[in-house]
Amino acid sequence: MTSADALSRGIESAEWKLPSRRKAALLALILTETALFSIFVAAYVFYLGKSLTGPYPKDVLELPIIATICLLSSSLTIVFAERAFEQEKYSAFKLWWFITIVLGLIFIASTAREWYRLITKQGLTISTNLFGTTFYSLVGLHASHVIVGLTLLVLVLSLSLRGYVKQRHAEHLKMVSWYWHFVDAVWVVVLTVVYIIGR
Amino acid sequence: MAVQEVALARAPEMHPSIITRLHELVVTVDHKKLGLMYIAAALFFFTVAGSMAALMRLQLVVPNNDFISPQVFNRLFTMHGTAMVFLVGMPILAGLANYLVPLMIGARDMALPRLNAFGFWMFFFGGLLLYFSYLAGAGLSGMGSAPDVGWFAYSPLTARAFSPGMSTDYWILAILLGGIGSIVTAINLIATIFCMRCKGMTLMRMPMFVWLMLIVAGMILLAMPPLSAAQIMLLLDRFLGAMFFDTQAGGSAVLWQHFFWIFGHPEVYILIMPAFAVASEIIPVFSRKPIFGYPFMVAAAIMIGFISFGVWAHHMFTVGMSSIGNTFFAVTTMLVGVPTGIKIFNWLGTMYGGKIRFELPMLFCIGFLFQFLIAGLTGIMLAAAPFDWQLSDSTFVVAHFHFVLIGGLLYTIFAAIYYWYPKAIGRMLNKKLGLWHFWLFTIGFHLTFDTMHIPGFLGMPRRIYTYDAGRGWEVFNMISTIGVALQAAAVLCLVINLLWSARKGEKAGDDPWDAWTLEWATTSPPPAYNFEVLPKVRSRRPLWDIKHPEDPDWRYE
Repeated sequence: MTSADALSRGIESAEWKLPSRRKAALLALILTETALFSIFVAAYVFYLGKSLTGPYPKDVLELPIIATICLLSSSLTIVFAERAFEQEKYSAFKLWWFITIVLGLIFIASTAREWYRLITKQGLTISTNLFGTTFYSLVGLHASHVIVGLTLLVLVLSLSLRGYVKQRHAEHLKMVSWYWHFVDAVWVVVLTVVYIIGR
Repeated sequence: MAVQEVALARAPEMHPSIITRLHELVVTVDHKKLGLMYIAAALFFFTVAGSMAALMRLQLVVPNNDFISPQVFNRLFTMHGTAMVFLVGMPILAGLANYLVPLMIGARDMALPRLNAFGFWMFFFGGLLLYFSYLAGAGLSGMGSAPDVGWFAYSPLTARAFSPGMSTDYWILAILLGGIGSIVTAINLIATIFCMRCKGMTLMRMPMFVWLMLIVAGMILLAMPPLSAAQIMLLLDRFLGAMFFDTQAGGSAVLWQHFFWIFGHPEVYILIMPAFAVASEIIPVFSRKPIFGYPFMVAAAIMIGFISFGVWAHHMFTVGMSSIGNTFFAVTTMLVGVPTGIKIFNWLGTMYGGKIRFELPMLFCIGFLFQFLIAGLTGIMLAAAPFDWQLSDSTFVVAHFHFVLIGGLLYTIFAAIYYWYPKAIGRMLNKKLGLWHFWLFTIGFHLTFDTMHIPGFLGMPRRIYTYDAGRGWEVFNMISTIGVALQAAAVLCLVINLLWSARKGEKAGDDPWDAWTLEWATTSPPPAYNFEVLPKVRSRRPLWDIKHPEDPDWRYE
C-alpha cells in the first residue's frame, strides 16, 4: 500500500473528468443492438422476392402511417418530458411521459392489428413463405424492443407517481429516453426496408 | 454484552464454513472474485474438453480402430470445439480482463458490478446447459444426445430432419446464454475503461493489456450479435417452421455460413487479442525495457480489429463464391498479416538489447512468439484461395488453428497464470514444477501438431472417426496421439502446482517481478477495495516512476 500512497504524492491534482459510465454502457448496448438488427435486416433484404409462393409483400402490406406518426412523435414527447423534468415541472413531466406511453401503446396495438389481419385474413404466418419468415422475425424483433421500452417507460411513470423519481435520477431518465430514441431510429430503417423498398 | 455480540458476529468470518464461502461466491459482485471464478470455471471446462480431445486422439491412434463409434466421435469433436471456444477461451479472457483491468487502471471495481455477476452466471449456466445435453439431448423423440453438428453447425445439418431430438437446441440455447454473458461483459469493460480510470491515466498511458481488452470488448459488441441473430433464426426454423435456412422453401444454407463466420472470424481475433495483451505486459517486464513502439502497437491492434470484420468468407472458399469474392477475401486476409507482423516485430524489438530474465511467464511468451509466427505463416498459406481449395477441411487446417489457439492463446494463458498467480493468491508457483510443465507441454504440443500438418497434405480430412491403413497417415497419427499424453502430463503438473503452491508456495510480496503497472502497487492478494488511496499516474509505467524518482518516465513521454 505504501507504494500506492507514494503514487499519489507530488502529482498536481489537475482537472480530471471522465464520461458517465451509464452513457458509455448504454451507447455500447445500442451499438451491439444495431449489429443484431443489421443481421435481421440483411436477411430480409437477402430474401426479398425469393418467396416461392404467395402472399407477397405488395399484395398484403399496407403502409403503417398512423403507427409511424405515433412512434416518431413519441420521440418528441419524451424530449418534452425530459425538459420539463430538468425545469422541475413535475406534472408536465408526468403528462408528457404518459403521452409517450400512450403513443407507444398505439404503435404496438397497430402492429398487433396488422399481424392479426395478416394471419387470419391473408393467411400469412412465419411458416408460409420466406416473406413471412423474414417479415415476422424482423418486425417482431423491433416490436419486442418497443415492448421492453414501454415496460421501462411504465416503470418510470409508476415510480414517479409515487414520488420516487428525484433530480438525481435525471440521468436514469435520459438513458430510458436514449433507448427509446434508438427504438424509433430502428423503426425508420424497418419502415424503409420492409414497407417502402420491400413493397 | 456488546463484546459478546461482536465476538459472535466475527466468529464465522474467521473460520467461514463451506456454506458461507459458497454463499459468498454466489452473491459476490467483486471483480476479483468474479475474475477468479471465470478462470476456475474455464480451467474446469478446459480439462473436460481437453479429455474429449484425448479420446478422439486415442480413437485415431491406429487405422480402423473401433474404440469409439462414429456417432460418439461426432459428439466429441462438436463438444470439444464448442466448449473450447465458448466455455474456455471466452471466459478466460473475461476472467483475466475482470481481474486485471480495474487494478491496472487504478479503479476499485468494474463500472457495473452487478451486471458483471450476471454475465458470469449466464456463462456458467450456459456451460452447464451445454453439457446437460448428454443427459437430456434425446428429448421426447428419444433420438440424439449431445450436439453432433460441429462447432459451426452448418445448415442443413441442423434442420429438424437431420438433427432430431433436442441436441441442436441445447447447442443453440447454451451458446445464446454464453453470448449474452460475453456481450454484457464487453459493455461493462468498455464502461470501465472509459469511465473508471484513475487520475492521470489518459488513454495513451493505459497499459497495452487494457488497450487490447478495450478493442476485444468492441469486437465482441459487433461480432457476437450476428451469431445470436443466426441462432435465433435457427430456433425459429426448428420450432416455428420458419425457412431461413430451408433450401427446399427457397432459403439458403450458405446464408448460415455467412452469418456464422461474420461472427466466427472476428471471434478468432477476440480469442487471440488477449494473448497479445498478456504478451505485451510480460515481455517488457522480463526484458527490463518499456514496450517498443507503444503507439504502433495500439494502432496495429485497432487495425486488426477493423480488418477482422472483412475477412469472414475465407472460411468459405470451397463453397463456390465468385472469383471477385474469393480474391477480395484472400487479399483482406493477407492484409491482416501486416498489423500482426508489426506486433511481432515490436515484441522482438522490446526483447532486443534487453536484459532478459527467463522466468516461467517469459518462457511461455517466447514459446508463444515462435508458435504464433508459424500459425500466422500457415494462415497466409490458407489465405491463398487455390491452396485452400486443396487443403480446406483437412488436418492441415486443424493443425493451423490449434497452433493459433494452443501455441498462441493457451501459451499466453499459462504465462498469465504464472505471472499473476502471485498477485491473486499471494504465493509464487513452484518453478521446478513449472519448468516440467513448460517442457513437457512444448514437446507434446509440437509432437501432436507439427506432425498433424503432414497427413493434411496427404489428404486426410478432419472430423473422420477412422481411416484405412496404407495411406501413409498411420505414423503421423501415432505421433500426434503420443504428444497428447505429454500435454496431459504437463497440465497435471500445472494443476498440482496451482493447488500445492496455494498453501505451500513461497510468499510473493506485493511486487515479485519488479513490474511497472498498477496492479503491483497494491497488496497480494489485493484487498476488496483494491487501493486504499486511488493512485494518480503521470506515465505508462507508474511504478517505474516511484522506484526511479531520479529518472521517471514522464520526462520522456
